[in-house]
Amino acid sequence: MTTERIVVVGGGMVAHRFTEALRARDTDGRFAVEVIAEEPRAPYDRVALTSYFTGKSPEDLQLGDPALWHDPLVALHRDSRATAVDRERRVVTVEGGREVAYDHLVLATGSYAWMPPTPGADLPGVFLYRTIDDVAALRGWVEERRAALGRPVRGAVIGGGLLGLEAAGALQGLGATSTVIQFADRLMNLQVDEGGGEALKRLIEQLGVTVRCSTATSELRPGKDGRVGSIVFADGGEQLVDVVVFATGVRPRDELGAAAGLELGPRGGIVVDDTCLTADPAVSAIGEVACIQGSCIGLIAPGNTMAEITVDRLLGGASTFPGADTATKLKLLGVDVASFGDAFATTPGALEMVYADPVNGVYKKLVLTDDAQTLLGGVLVGDASAYASLRPMVGAHLPGDPAGWLLPEGAVERPSVDLPDEAAVCSCNNVTAGTIRDAVNHEGCTDLGSVKACTKAGTSCGSCLPLVKKIMATELEKSGIEVSNALCEHFAMSRAQLFNAVKVAEVTTFSDVIARFGNGRGCDICKPTVGSILASLYNQHVLGDDRAALQDTNDRVMANMQKDGTYSVVPRVPGGEILPEHLILIGQIAQDFGLYTKITGGQRIDLFGARLEQLPSIWKRLVDAGMESGHAYGKSLRTVKSCVGSTWCRYGVQDSVGMAIALELRYRGLRSPHKIKLGVSGCARECAEARGKDVGVIATDKGWNVYVGGNGGFTPVHAQLLVEDVSDEDVFRVIDRYLMYYIRTADRLQRTAPWQQEHEGGLDAIRKIVVDDSLGLGEELDAHMARHIDSYEDEWKAVLNDPERLRQFTSFVNAPDQADPSLAYVEQRGQRRPATPAERESGAVLIAPSTLEVRS
Amino acid sequence: MSATVTPASSVAGPSLAGPSTATVVCDYDRLTPELGVAALVGGEQVALFRLADGSVHAVQNLDPFSGAHVISRGITGDRAGVPTVASPLYKQVFSLIDGACLVTMDKEPVEGHAAHLRVFLVTVEHGKVLVAAA
Repeated sequence: MTTERIVVVGGGMVAHRFTEALRARDTDGRFAVEVIAEEPRAPYDRVALTSYFTGKSPEDLQLGDPALWHDPLVALHRDSRATAVDRERRVVTVEGGREVAYDHLVLATGSYAWMPPTPGADLPGVFLYRTIDDVAALRGWVEERRAALGRPVRGAVIGGGLLGLEAAGALQGLGATSTVIQFADRLMNLQVDEGGGEALKRLIEQLGVTVRCSTATSELRPGKDGRVGSIVFADGGEQLVDVVVFATGVRPRDELGAAAGLELGPRGGIVVDDTCLTADPAVSAIGEVACIQGSCIGLIAPGNTMAEITVDRLLGGASTFPGADTATKLKLLGVDVASFGDAFATTPGALEMVYADPVNGVYKKLVLTDDAQTLLGGVLVGDASAYASLRPMVGAHLPGDPAGWLLPEGAVERPSVDLPDEAAVCSCNNVTAGTIRDAVNHEGCTDLGSVKACTKAGTSCGSCLPLVKKIMATELEKSGIEVSNALCEHFAMSRAQLFNAVKVAEVTTFSDVIARFGNGRGCDICKPTVGSILASLYNQHVLGDDRAALQDTNDRVMANMQKDGTYSVVPRVPGGEILPEHLILIGQIAQDFGLYTKITGGQRIDLFGARLEQLPSIWKRLVDAGMESGHAYGKSLRTVKSCVGSTWCRYGVQDSVGMAIALELRYRGLRSPHKIKLGVSGCARECAEARGKDVGVIATDKGWNVYVGGNGGFTPVHAQLLVEDVSDEDVFRVIDRYLMYYIRTADRLQRTAPWQQEHEGGLDAIRKIVVDDSLGLGEELDAHMARHIDSYEDEWKAVLNDPERLRQFTSFVNAPDQADPSLAYVEQRGQRRPATPAERESGAVLIAPSTLEVRS
Repeated sequence: MSATVTPASSVAGPSLAGPSTATVVCDYDRLTPELGVAALVGGEQVALFRLADGSVHAVQNLDPFSGAHVISRGITGDRAGVPTVASPLYKQVFSLIDGACLVTMDKEPVEGHAAHLRVFLVTVEHGKVLVAAA
């Protein structure tokens, strides 16, 4: 079988989807794909372009698994522009003259940003908003002008649609003022009606963006320096500006198709049928450049659908374009905007049901059939929480009183909806409710992760995840599978529920906890969990009362067990700042006990190979010298990593070491569902890699930015911005609350990143709780953290003073002087390490543990 | 290895009445409920547990899934009423009654070891804990 050659012209999101889907489905390797991309990088998430301004790098916007581009059947040519298509010879000519032959051609050239002919549009300081290069240039310009002018940069955006508002937010994010100039009578006139536009304008103006609707721009004028200096309006008004962004819509890039003689639509775009084929059966067009069912569609979801259809057709399938779902839900400058179905009530006899609350900036409208029974569409501004449930109901009978969907959540009970199987739940990946039900009932998916992996639902923008979860839970319940969040066979509750139960009942021992809320004797799952809850709530010694038996061996002996059963010892080195005498002491202890030493990733020193019975004498020396437990063994605060900061570094803008030490001393010993790591960087260069931590604090010239939910480990995640430019006190307050809220509500062994992701409403909801105190929990969380800080004591110091607890550190109850005789070591690079089984058998190279030890 | 192993019985004092091969390991009161300790019995490492109900159990201290002598440092509990201990290294769960491995965590024991733990006979007489050598 010969391989057929597919050539894709265009390197955007739809080209990526096409290539990914083809390689996933063409398991026989029938097709080889060549992608000709004009931009200098692999396809990226253009929808998320604005996140480039909130600190994301181009790599963060990368789409899918980069391994796709290393597939032997895929070739990606970047920086490469197709100049002609010869349909006779089936050849694409690329800039420079190279010819690429195809068996099937896919045009995915997308759109270009369209600018109305405006005098002065070519002045320096005028930008478009379409590619990473556009936004990078815009960012560079604003930063450079701000430095040169010594005052906030004055920005204006021409165009008040979706992209215009994104650009306005981006300008504001860069510290520029921003004015949105809209030709139409309202913002986002393609998506929202008059009432919605009015609410949107009010909300956006509250954020400090000036909005001018019904305004035409006649000219851009240069300032004295030749850069853009002012905007002149058709009504004669004029406004001073330092930067202008055009976001006046897009037009299909159909010139290649047009030159090749393909038919164009009335408003441009390459005409295709419902299978995405042009009149030439060897040429398809997909995405924004395709004129399908009479129009070009500038949304990613229909573009992805077209990519999938083309793949399906190539592989012999029969799928056709179902019509575009133009529903949108966005968050612009933090404002929810959603529009779906017949948002403008164009259906004859349609009824509009409106709820508006100008004080809180909420506008909601449902469009219903004349009998008020069937949902046709809607507009939601300021609160789009009902979107995920409502959008799939378009065209279906809406049960109960529709007003339930309009009033604020909680005011009236929302009718429960049972979605029809064909209702699209995830529009990004075109997944229906039926597909999700099928995954649960026939594919054995019983948790959100497996449903996502199996159906791809919720894997792009994620806005449908709450709904996916709900459908999954309903299906599981129906088939009698209880969605169990039980901790283990001894507790029917989840960790968060148990936490609350213990807190309310004020029980302080495991025996009371299991007697009241569980059954049996407990196990290795619930015991450490209860131990952690008790420690978080009361901050008593981990080994006090009956708690020692609850702890994993690491917590039980306050050291980390290694593979041979010996332990490693890590004293706390707050912020990584260490006295020379402490360094010397650590070295001395390592020599005296024959311990292997290694610097940890958390800026401290790990001593390996200490036996259970040696731990107290090692710790006595450390504690006597003023060092304390580093909790390297605990599900608790580990380290606060820092760069050297402004005290020494010529770039530092804040004292990052001082901040790191303050944070480490504040949260040391704090028990939590999983380990917690923090980082502090003294400037935006981020040498401490703080955004890879659960909490990252990064200095700005005005204070600190606090990022949350970063994790290394199995699935690395960058932390996301929680608050900006805050003072030291606010750093402490917001982290106090964030950590306490996490400790109270997370699952067992759930780190902050997945907790944050699965929290209803995500980071925004968490921000409302910990920053805006929307639940009124703030004071309680503050008090709880204050209690922790006040009652902190060094665990090791306490144990050294307690003969009863010291008895646990015995090798053999009947031979306390005898070391574990099974331990054996070999020398490597001047230190010792555990012998491998082969080395043990050879026998010759072994060092017995006791020969190296000098008892103090 | 240069370390020499002393027979445990000579360390622990005189042998009391009981099974002829039994070794007195320690006082019953020396054992903390639900906290294991290791002991040497006839040159073998044994993990000893006194449970909350007062019963005492002994199994091999060698963890078959890691090859390290660590079972005495595991968490005790129960699975469907059977008293258990979980290995502190890779969290396999063993019955304290017959030593059976109840939860393997999808792992195999290291070469040359069976998945279950050997069980030692324990008796408590006159406040002393006796473990029968295997």
